[in-house]
Amino acid sequence: MTSMSTKTLPGRGDTDQQSTAGPERRAARRGFALRVLARGRQARAAWILAAPFLALFATFMLLPLVWSLLMSLTDTSSADLRTPLNVSFIGLDNYVRLFQDEQFFTALRNTAVFVLVALPLTLAAGLAAAVALDRGIRRFRAVFRVGFYLPVITSIVAVAVVWKTLLEPRAGLVNLVLGWFGIDGPAWLADTRFALPVMIVMAVWRNLGTVMIIMLAGLQSVPQSLMEAAELDGAGAWQRFWRVTFPLLRPALLLTAVTTGIGYLQFFDEPFVMTDGGPLDSTLSATLYAYKQFGNGNYEMASAASYVIFVLIVVLTVLQFRVLRDKD
Amino acid sequence: MSTLSTLPTPHPDTDRVLRRRRIRRTWGQPWLYLPLGGALLLMIAPFLWMFSGSFKPEADIRRVPPVLIPTAPTTANYGELFNSLDFTSMFANSVSVALAVTAGNLIFCSMLGYALAKLEFRGQRAVFLLVMGTLMIPGLVTFVPLYVLVANMQLTGSLLGLILPFLAGPFGVFLMRQFISTLPDELIDAARVDGCRELAIFWKIILPLTKPALATLGIITFLGSWNNFLWPLVVAQNESQYTLPVGLALASSGQSFTRFGILLAGAVVVLLPVMLVFLFFQRQFVAGIATTGLK
Repeated sequence: MTSMSTKTLPGRGDTDQQSTAGPERRAARRGFALRVLARGRQARAAWILAAPFLALFATFMLLPLVWSLLMSLTDTSSADLRTPLNVSFIGLDNYVRLFQDEQFFTALRNTAVFVLVALPLTLAAGLAAAVALDRGIRRFRAVFRVGFYLPVITSIVAVAVVWKTLLEPRAGLVNLVLGWFGIDGPAWLADTRFALPVMIVMAVWRNLGTVMIIMLAGLQSVPQSLMEAAELDGAGAWQRFWRVTFPLLRPALLLTAVTTGIGYLQFFDEPFVMTDGGPLDSTLSATLYAYKQFGNGNYEMASAASYVIFVLIVVLTVLQFRVLRDKD
Repeated sequence: MSTLSTLPTPHPDTDRVLRRRRIRRTWGQPWLYLPLGGALLLMIAPFLWMFSGSFKPEADIRRVPPVLIPTAPTTANYGELFNSLDFTSMFANSVSVALAVTAGNLIFCSMLGYALAKLEFRGQRAVFLLVMGTLMIPGLVTFVPLYVLVANMQLTGSLLGLILPFLAGPFGVFLMRQFISTLPDELIDAARVDGCRELAIFWKIILPLTKPALATLGIITFLGSWNNFLWPLVVAQNESQYTLPVGLALASSGQSFTRFGILLAGAVVVLLPVMLVFLFFQRQFVAGIATTGLK
């Protein structure tokens, strides 16, 4: 340590020794000076690079975000699209009206049922598929992976159309197959008992592939040595999964739970295409409610409803972080 | 394998143990193939139904109980789709909107991503937090004012109204920043020492190195735009601006059961390009999803 410091001191005399450490040191000093000089240029370049994004972002994200909040606090019935600022503030009246609307509660309840059932099922199915593919399957792995992932990349409208025909009571595939087993299938989408469950099944079918892919990547990062060590210590397959694999997957699981949960809370396209919220509002989701308010020209109610959904998303996300976060 | 020969006493039935190990090495757990194969069939059944249905003649479509394999396969459904519903222009709209949105995201998000990852400037942290903070805000929250805004900009009658709001999103910034952070600083310093100007460093050095991330972002953005439904549904005012999902949804909502074959053909047209892209780029795509998921 001491010899190092004497070497690098700019001492006169022993130039022989200094020549070994000098160039490095000088280069480092020059690099530092360059960096200080460059900071101004760097900042300018950074703002030039950031400007286009920030301009678009401010116009199409931040402005509408604030505007939406203001809108939910105003009475827009007197205004039209051309004069969006010609409104009067009425405080929380829209929210009060919203929560007095029974239909909104129905929509919230449907959304809650959808999220609470579909989310755990999706996570469990995706995780099971990933574990089975990772440990149990050696051949045709790509075929399985592609097949399970295919629904994820498909247009939800196309999927909804296909499922609608699948579920057709008399000429659909589902009731045909049920008929082989002597079961008289219901009129799925026209039945208040079955319409929402059908959409839950659809959601699980469509999204388990995302969970599977991310979990597969997570599983591949579980060190083989750790598994072997656990096996030698006498841990069974079940124990190895819960004690070794699962804790390591937790961050990936948290991420998929949060992103899938956010998507599920905005559940819209399937009921819009397949049932329009019916029968008897049994598939009316909170987003579909907001959309219908928007369609009827009740912009302030639509904004209020979407802010309620936003708050629910924040609450769900915080809860998920609480439950799934690493416990250190 | 060599451990077997060094065992003090060989297993009484060495052959069977060896065979079982060989099976496990090449197949994994053979008993799993049946349930997983069944699950796979369930996963792809709707696609099989869609393809078969799109080639069904009218007689098969009305048949109760339904037939799985068309008795006399026909392409009439596709013909009618493109003639009566003008799917050609919808297809062109979908492609142009998706390409424009993808190009915008690749350019703008990588620019800001680089600035946030490698450059020093005042307000960096504030910009980062602001952009990332909106990552989980649902599109619905900004939906109504966005519509009023676009309507006031007189853009509801043009494709521009479908493109502009999606040209730059926080997800792309997140992805690009994560990726560019992993590139070595020395590369940039060396370029500076050589007198390369700041913007040229981004264009000539960083951008070529971010190709894998750009590919991932490109595919994800393209798919997202291709499948986007709610916004084009509301903004598109006439059929000349419809994208495929909008056209398909509107065709299906006012339908009677007789149009079933056309709808399935429409679904094929919406899904097929995406499926082909996916099957072709499957490896890169999956790798991209997995890495963004884990970081």
